[in-house]
Amino acid sequence: MSAGTGLVREIRSKNAGPFWVTIDVFCRDADAFEVVRMRLETAEVARVLQADPQQLKRFDIADLQVIKFSLPRPHVQGARLDRDMHGASFAVLVREVLEAAGGSG
Amino acid sequence: MAAMDIDRGLHADTRPGTAPAALGQGAGPQVRVLIPSGALGISIDPAALEAGLAMAPDIIAIDGGSTDSGPYYLGTGTCKYARASIKREWAMLMRARARLGVPLLIGTAGTCGVDAMVDWMLEITAEIAAEIAADDPAGVGAALRVATLKSSQSPATLAEKFGHGAISALEGAPDLAAADFAGCSHAVALAGAEQIQAALKTGADIIIAGRATDTAVIAALPLARGCHPGGAWHGAKIGECGALATDNPGPGAILIEFDAAGFTVQPTGAGVQATPHTVSAHMLYENADPFVLHEPGGHLDVTGACYTALDPRRVRVEGSVWVASDAYTVKLEGARQAGFQTVSLVMVRDLHYVAHIEDWVGALEAAFHRREASNIAVDFELDFRLIGQDATLGALETQGLRAGGGSGGIHEVGVMAIITASTQDAARDIARLLNPYLLHFPLTENEPMPTFAFAFSPPEMDRGALYEFQLYHVLRLADPMAAFALETHELGASA
Repeated sequence: MSAGTGLVREIRSKNAGPFWVTIDVFCRDADAFEVVRMRLETAEVARVLQADPQQLKRFDIADLQVIKFSLPRPHVQGARLDRDMHGASFAVLVREVLEAAGGSG
Repeated sequence: MAAMDIDRGLHADTRPGTAPAALGQGAGPQVRVLIPSGALGISIDPAALEAGLAMAPDIIAIDGGSTDSGPYYLGTGTCKYARASIKREWAMLMRARARLGVPLLIGTAGTCGVDAMVDWMLEITAEIAAEIAADDPAGVGAALRVATLKSSQSPATLAEKFGHGAISALEGAPDLAAADFAGCSHAVALAGAEQIQAALKTGADIIIAGRATDTAVIAALPLARGCHPGGAWHGAKIGECGALATDNPGPGAILIEFDAAGFTVQPTGAGVQATPHTVSAHMLYENADPFVLHEPGGHLDVTGACYTALDPRRVRVEGSVWVASDAYTVKLEGARQAGFQTVSLVMVRDLHYVAHIEDWVGALEAAFHRREASNIAVDFELDFRLIGQDATLGALETQGLRAGGGSGGIHEVGVMAIITASTQDAARDIARLLNPYLLHFPLTENEPMPTFAFAFSPPEMDRGALYEFQLYHVLRLADPMAAFALETHELGASA
């Protein structure tokens, strides 16, 4: 989990089963959601995560003020080359994308 | 033997006088499911459990595992939690069940849900039953019917079924051949509501299920009693992690009342609140698609779900849709052994070396392979993690190394070498060959021989077998019970 201080309350990532990881960006309010959804460019998120853009799923959920990304794990959970058993550290990369785009995260 | 009503678990609620003010809406079936914790073994809050019992649940359901802790547990067929904590919490629930006379159900027993873990839970259950009987020989907990539902799959049989086209890959699954199925040390199928309902139909006081979907253990009874299918699956998803769908997951019990139109969520811990936001947000958790959840026999679609706060603690949800599939499939999980590992860790505190840590590790690794190749007769893998630099994210790391003292930069790096080989002895021997390199390898030939910091003697740590998840597939079944084994056991019955 990556705690927020500005536009977002929390950014968390977690396994969605052993083969996928999912990242949730919880925005502070409806206005923040509109700002964050514009600043978080899918192509940039894919680049930082080194993900195939065709496999990076994005959900902008206005009711929850959440932007969600899901993607296949770069390495299957627990495999020899996997470094993060629960997939919790991907969140910090999305936070950095938002910060670089001018969001206060 | 406790009073036995063979179909007790599947009847509409007719017990008088014990229910609190109705949580649900309208007439028709109502089923209250108490989920006392997110998983057995984590902890159960006694006060939250007691408050949940006062709400007169029809069943107590709890999850016993998942894949989330990694492939080791399925690979070895073992439990993540200590037997003592499992027994302590299960005893709390068995005594609670006896007081209310309602079924107690656990899914995915023993973290991974293999058959041996079902047997292990049955053994623990028998121990507790004997202790309860000793306390009160005439009590309702003194004699029990226990149903076990087993989910393990023969890897060889799965390989045959894969060859016959009965197994399909899910999106993102590895490209497997039949031999990859056969190579699993353990494989399980995830039971759905149908298999759990079959266990409930035995009239068992306690049901110990092997691998099952987290949701099926909660949804099975509401579905069997005719509650709203979309609501049953959606409510089960919301309750799967106990009170995680509230503002305070700590005292982790939650009660969900299902009915003909939807469900109502109510945490039972003191001061804990469920809000439309905390409830709806839980669909995101560990779920790649926030609106769709695939289950045996179909999928849940919550796109049209409506979340309403009934008061500061309770949330009403309606509008979820269950979409039945043409074919009945169950998801498979499998893990295989992928060698054995030995780990060595050395700490580098010299700022000169820290500043050039990647160069140092690269040169060390190249020298090791070049000089020691003739001394190593087996295939092996040597991986490094540079703790303090990029051990967590590896190639995804965005922060450049900034060596330096004080707060301005990194002043030490932990270099963890991981050797993977086909046997533990081979991995350990290779780690021993690596030992002098980690201790003394110089960055260049023109500098004094350095010595770095080992924390232990010996520095090599055997990690045991490495397991990897192998399957991300579904198995098509003509009969939902075809891949599962259901048995009943009478505990404590007088001779």
